[in-house]
Amino acid sequence: MTIPWLTLAIALPALGSLIVALIPRERVELAKRVTLACTLVVLAIVGAMALNFDPSGDRLQFTEVHPWIARFGVHYAVGVDGIALTLIVLSALLVPLVVLAAWKEQEEAADRGKGYFALILLLEAMMIGVFAAIDVFLFYVLFEAMLIPVYFMIGRYGRGEDRRYAAMKFLLYSLAGGLLMLVSVIGVYAYSAQAGNGTFLWSELAGPEGLLAGVDTGAARWLFLGFFVAFAIKAPMWPVHTWLPTAAGSARPGTAVLLVGVLDKVGTYGMLRYCLELFPGAAKWFVWPVVVLSLVSIIYGAIVAIGQSDMLRLIAYTSVSHFGFITLGIFAMTSQGQSGAALYMVNHGFSTGALFLLAGFLIARNNGSAQIADYGGLQKAAPVLAGTFLVVGLSSLALPGLSPFVSEFLVFVGTFTVLPVPAIIATIGVVLAALYILWLYQRTMTGPLREKLAGVKDLSGRELWAVAPLVAVIILFGVFPQPLLNVINPAVEHTMQQVDVSDPAPAVGVDQASGQEGADE
Amino acid sequence: MTSTLAAGGYAATTAADGGVLSYAWLMIALPLLGAAVLLLGGKRTNAWGHWLAIAAALSSFVWAVLSLGQLLGRAPEERSVTVHVYQWIKVGTFDIDLSLLIDPLSMTFALLITGVGSLIHIYSVGYMAHDENRRRFFAYLNLFVAAMLVLVLADNYAVLFLGWEGVGLASYLLIGFWQHKPAAAVAAKKAFLINRVGDIGLLVSIMLLFTTFGTVTFHPVFESVDGAGRGLMTAVGLLLLLGACGKSAQLPLQAWLLDAMEGPTPVSALIHAATMVTAGVYLIVRSGPIFEAAPTAQLVVTIVGAATLLAGAIIGCAKDDIKKALAGSTMSQIGYMTLAAGLGPIGYAAAIAHLVTHGFFKAGLFLGAGSVMHAMNDEVDMRRYGGLRTVMPVTFATFGVGYLAIIGVPFLSGWWTKEGIIQAAFDSGGLTGQILGWVTVLGAGLTAFYMSRIMFLTFFGTKRWAKDANPHESPAVMTVPMIILAIGSAALGAVLVVNYTLANFLAPVVGAPAHEFDLVHMLTSPYSLAALVLMIVGVAYAWVRYANDKVPVTAPKGNFITVAAREELYGNAINEGLFMRPGQQLTRATVAFDDHGVDGVVTGIARSVRAASENLRLTQTGFARSYALTMLFGAAVVVVTTLGVNLA
Repeated sequence: MTIPWLTLAIALPALGSLIVALIPRERVELAKRVTLACTLVVLAIVGAMALNFDPSGDRLQFTEVHPWIARFGVHYAVGVDGIALTLIVLSALLVPLVVLAAWKEQEEAADRGKGYFALILLLEAMMIGVFAAIDVFLFYVLFEAMLIPVYFMIGRYGRGEDRRYAAMKFLLYSLAGGLLMLVSVIGVYAYSAQAGNGTFLWSELAGPEGLLAGVDTGAARWLFLGFFVAFAIKAPMWPVHTWLPTAAGSARPGTAVLLVGVLDKVGTYGMLRYCLELFPGAAKWFVWPVVVLSLVSIIYGAIVAIGQSDMLRLIAYTSVSHFGFITLGIFAMTSQGQSGAALYMVNHGFSTGALFLLAGFLIARNNGSAQIADYGGLQKAAPVLAGTFLVVGLSSLALPGLSPFVSEFLVFVGTFTVLPVPAIIATIGVVLAALYILWLYQRTMTGPLREKLAGVKDLSGRELWAVAPLVAVIILFGVFPQPLLNVINPAVEHTMQQVDVSDPAPAVGVDQASGQEGADE
Repeated sequence: MTSTLAAGGYAATTAADGGVLSYAWLMIALPLLGAAVLLLGGKRTNAWGHWLAIAAALSSFVWAVLSLGQLLGRAPEERSVTVHVYQWIKVGTFDIDLSLLIDPLSMTFALLITGVGSLIHIYSVGYMAHDENRRRFFAYLNLFVAAMLVLVLADNYAVLFLGWEGVGLASYLLIGFWQHKPAAAVAAKKAFLINRVGDIGLLVSIMLLFTTFGTVTFHPVFESVDGAGRGLMTAVGLLLLLGACGKSAQLPLQAWLLDAMEGPTPVSALIHAATMVTAGVYLIVRSGPIFEAAPTAQLVVTIVGAATLLAGAIIGCAKDDIKKALAGSTMSQIGYMTLAAGLGPIGYAAAIAHLVTHGFFKAGLFLGAGSVMHAMNDEVDMRRYGGLRTVMPVTFATFGVGYLAIIGVPFLSGWWTKEGIIQAAFDSGGLTGQILGWVTVLGAGLTAFYMSRIMFLTFFGTKRWAKDANPHESPAVMTVPMIILAIGSAALGAVLVVNYTLANFLAPVVGAPAHEFDLVHMLTSPYSLAALVLMIVGVAYAWVRYANDKVPVTAPKGNFITVAAREELYGNAINEGLFMRPGQQLTRATVAFDDHGVDGVVTGIARSVRAASENLRLTQTGFARSYALTMLFGAAVVVVTTLGVNLA
């Protein structure tokens, strides 16, 4: 008897969402409590799963496979490897924090209804589902379905006049990508049927023995592109990134946390899981174009971030830069690059998630303004808020000792071993990151305190509870990243085997005479 | 990880086998814990926080002394001990252990950092007494000590980088400690940014080392250097130098150091004079085997050192802000060390010896300057000082000893160690050796001038004080650390240099001294005599110009050299013209391109789609419907495309 952990983790928030939707309209407080309780139970379930995950065991664990549409080989099939697991843990951790942060936001929001909380729960179910899916069709369905709650979270419950425009832009962008992906998904089925067994089960499709192994080169490249463009829009990658700043600028900060912290990771996760493993030959063929786009994203995103006057948009652009590092690491096709990229997804969730939450706390203190020019000298009135903002900001610029450094460092090392020039170009992003973060800090927190901010309160207990767990994991996994890497590494090794790539050997190697250093490698 | 064979004269390293050394990580953990308690404890720790910080720094110092004792108990060739703490990052063959390397070089630094660090902690109790954020200040100081120890105790480049960035953070936090002052906030950011440029060098060198050797641990890398070829090692060397330039404020990444004086003076003493800014020198000396395999890189190191030596001295001659004048001096003195480090094994010990004595006398000078500022309502303009020697006798005496030490009065600390560098420069031979040697001699004269200028403007001549100035001697909690540093400034040089005590101690790491210690030679060599003569000339000229009652309170216009020196040799103007303004333009252009170009295309497409769909839906409005329409449109595309694929 095995417990269907993943189904539980998906069904529970979905059920919770339904319950919250059924709670009478005026009992918003109750809705909030139910939501928080539900997300905490999900966190507990996911936590238990993480503890029971065996890094040295099978690649996919907690698998459940049930036929869904037998005629087209569609299954309800879920299961996780180390990468999916860490992303699910990230989602389960972020959602309760977002709920906490949204607690008061709710009272000032354009629409005070409890619907926002029902949507958060629905989105949580879909996020966990999309990472857990091991059936290409199920993945696609959830990938598209996720748009619906987010569309309403921005369009209906967002901030400012432009929120409907932002929601529509988000939707159209995503749909465009989704449709391309649909083509590829259908193509995948067609080719698997041609190979004798029409199915969407990922484990049967991927790999040198898989059903897609026989797809001819040209078709594989087209199929790859269908997936890749969808994922590049989701990630988002230059030049299909412009929906993100608009969406993040009009979303509530809590929505932005989930949007950038988790949803965008579906894009990079999809590249690693689907683009690379289903179409290894095509993926290798596309390395250089993707590397170039990654470099453009890194540098361009950072430069545009520096020039932003709205802090939510600024953070969104920093993510464009960060996602460039993730795609660079993935397409470097080395273990350090890909483990670094997978870890980057998690760390970026912690770091940017916390940054959006803090931006939300700032905005709540300044009449809803996200304009950087409306701030100044806040450290005087709110030292704890300023200090937390700085720590989280430093994590965003990948300061060693904080978790994002480890992933960025690995991406650099992994890229340099095979693509030294792109790795060196990417280091420009390191300098620019210092500029956009520290300048943001300087403009908002230092200098003389603005008069209208004089009475501002420091972080409240609730706010501290929302952000402290993230700061704690940022420091913890900066100092001890190995527990996460131990889970991620085997999954990356599998991916590299499937793609048939391996790390290059050192050019010189350590002195043969001393021997010992090389012996354990 | 341990017990690799010695190669090229470098001692093998063994694992710690119990005892004090096995717990060397405590040196780092104690101040780190102190910082954590103070930062997380909040206001509750206000009353006793600074004492906790001092206790943490002092216990770290005690542990360093005990470790030194245990190290000295071993045979010289066994004085390299690896302490494995835990595995930090491992992916594939990229395997980074958080391991510490306890050897004579790292212990020399550990003692300097914790020793001088503790003194400056104590001094800060008095200096920061009236600051409402004193607790936070001490937390940052503790954080700095911990990070600096990580930097020097690391046994590989990745962990060194961890410490390297850690001290950068501490420096950022402390330069910008008075965050309400915009100048401080800007200076902090500037320091961090310029350092980041240098960090790129270190970062890329780590990648290059891993790609080449499959490891970034010091000993295995150093032992394999021969197999890698000169070009590669030159690249690594130059990249490391870039890192060193950032951290140690050497040309062309020097522009942040003078602005860093916005930080509280104890910070200037500890971080921006005695310890952190010398990390670049440490990096070069530690990476000796790499540089020795790359003569071109070594030459560039000496050129950078020589140029900064002169540039810093020239800037120091013209600044009226006492801290900035001292900061120019720091640049210049680190230039001496960098130059020596670039000379290879004959210069390493000299560089480190000067680094240690400089740590004492420059920290003492800064604490003295802080004491003066404390007495003068935080006035930093030396033209507003004058005649302070009678009012502040202890400060005058301790500052005076530091002054005599730095200008190289024979038998005081600075003389011993600066002579070592002058000698090493000439000994390196050839025309290069001659040029470098004469630069160091000329530097001695300049040092004497600018330091005398500071000394005379501050303590001699007429009182040019502001109306409300009421100077007084500082309390004992400040003067006692100054006295201890003054004792070090006077005597430490002799202790370290006579019989090459320090050089012999460092020998397992940097190689044995080239020749026997010879005091008579030191005293009678034409170069040291030349340095002595130039020093006297420098002092005399400064005496004529500044130790009288004709010093104007507002600075005279000065000739073009003075103006250039005041403008820090246009370092800031160059950075602004070359990077800042073009950068701003690039940013503006890119933002515009993103808003109108990239996004414009997308919205353009969207608009035409919308126009098309408007024709389709005619009577219908609302977003849910447009969603459905888009789906329909999409489905049509899919069907068509699938057909296309199937046909192909």
